[in-house]
Amino acid sequence: MERGTREYALWSIGIVAVLIFALVPVLWLISVSLKPPEAIVDGKFIPSEISFDNYKSLFEGGIDESPFIKPLINSILIALSTTVISIVLASFTAYAIARLEFPGKRLILAGALAIAMFPPISTVGPLFDMWRTLGLYDTYLGLIIPYLTFSLPLAIYCLVAFFREIPWELEQAAQVDGATPFQAFTKVIVPLAAPGMFTAAILVFIFAWNDFLFAISLTSSDASRTVPASLAFFTGESSFTEPTGSIAAAAVVVTVPIIVFVLFFQRRIVSGLTAGAVKG
Amino acid sequence: MEAHAQRQPAAVSQRTRSERRLAWMLCAPAVIAMLAVTAYPIGYAIVLSLQQVDLRFPDEGGFVGLDNYGAVLSSDLWWTDVFNTAFLTVTTVAIELVLGMVIALVMHRAIFGRGVVRTSVLIPYGIITVVAAFSWQFAFAPDSGFVNNLPLISDEMDWFGDRFSSFAVIIMAEVWKTTPFMALLLLAGLVTIDSQLYEAAKVDGATAWQRFTRITLPLMKPAILVALLFRTLDAFRVFDTIYIMTAGAQDTESVSILGFNQLISRLNLGLGSAVSVLIFFCVLAIAFVYVKGFGVRVEEGRPGR
Repeated sequence: MERGTREYALWSIGIVAVLIFALVPVLWLISVSLKPPEAIVDGKFIPSEISFDNYKSLFEGGIDESPFIKPLINSILIALSTTVISIVLASFTAYAIARLEFPGKRLILAGALAIAMFPPISTVGPLFDMWRTLGLYDTYLGLIIPYLTFSLPLAIYCLVAFFREIPWELEQAAQVDGATPFQAFTKVIVPLAAPGMFTAAILVFIFAWNDFLFAISLTSSDASRTVPASLAFFTGESSFTEPTGSIAAAAVVVTVPIIVFVLFFQRRIVSGLTAGAVKG
Repeated sequence: MEAHAQRQPAAVSQRTRSERRLAWMLCAPAVIAMLAVTAYPIGYAIVLSLQQVDLRFPDEGGFVGLDNYGAVLSSDLWWTDVFNTAFLTVTTVAIELVLGMVIALVMHRAIFGRGVVRTSVLIPYGIITVVAAFSWQFAFAPDSGFVNNLPLISDEMDWFGDRFSSFAVIIMAEVWKTTPFMALLLLAGLVTIDSQLYEAAKVDGATAWQRFTRITLPLMKPAILVALLFRTLDAFRVFDTIYIMTAGAQDTESVSILGFNQLISRLNLGLGSAVSVLIFFCVLAIAFVYVKGFGVRVEEGRPGR
């Protein structure tokens, strides 16, 4: 079948428009981060001179002096802990929902959906007060707990959709061979479910990595402040310089690895984001 | 497709009981984790909202009934912020729906370059909202930004100096960040439409626009409504982008920023909790309108951000 050149031209324009739309803010951040401090205000999209001073200043002084290293470590550890705990708990629940018959199944799914709609700001005040009483304010655990709550619905829905696709006859075969339900789960199903769990893990990690509201509300120092929150507190070299360059450099450092990761696992992410979106 | 379809009837009640017990044990940790940070705090927020609790004046306090709600509902700031939030929600979600549909159609129908589009569309999804907000803020800044150097735009334009130009930049950043999710949800709906319907319509002489409005839109209605529900609720809690770009200056505050300012900046837990509870009821009302008014079948939806 022959396609008109006009059709090709239209699609090309559409695709280029989508590409520009997606890429401009990222390229712009990279551009700002590479400008020498005195060129930040030149307003050029492509830097005329490249310098790595902004990156150097981020890491200057090691962990004690740098405004960036500790928050980066906090972000990585908090997001990873949230991911591991969330996936373990969500896997248990998703297994029960996809596989077992029990009253309350629909209630749990509906409840998870309700929590996905819940406004986080409504919990910030009570958590602030409770965490100060319980000693969880400005700690890793104080952030991991709310992240867990708000990532579980995402993880449960994603995993239920994946678990329903698993060939369960294998589990029955294992049970016929004398395995307990728990053994059938850990020895047969977990290896089969690993790809789905990995996908859910990416989504949960991105969620925890992205949070800002809890991070500025429930932390007060670099003891547990994550990168998004610390960016809001960045200051310039002196009180007269804007921290634009260092914010841009920090933003690039926390963005580029995630983008590479997202692009590498794009198929999984798309299937995870849309899993169960449409009954088909 | 239901996994338990081929299961034997519950002849052995012992087995049924142990299955139930296992299921509840497996679900308990996640259910507790989800309730601990939602149900309990919202209850606690209601209790706080009925008291005078100001951490700067810990000695004063006590039950004040609905006084905090009266103070919030009679303040101009609350209603300005409700207007701002509703305005931002409606505009961002409307733009996202149109743009998301265009991108979904490009991904679905493109005769080449589908992979490139899908790849680039995932970039905004992977970026921290705060980072995206900084990028757009730097781009529109009068001194360091490139936007004012573009043709047709005045070099002197002070985007963050005026309410509605600030909104324009905020909307742009929000749309950029969240359209990919919308596009992917719509694409998932698009692929379920039988392509024979389009072929039949073509044979009958329907134009591309007719095919879109008579086949695509009606068949995608459930997917569109679910996507709209989730995006509306998500847009209603807009916080990160405004906090970074204007921090509420030029009357651009959202209700979430108001809640944060009262709770965390001013430590007025009583008044702030009243704001939080009111936001919670707004979200309930939006969900109610979608479910009862538009007939969204929520059980077919899914959470996501």
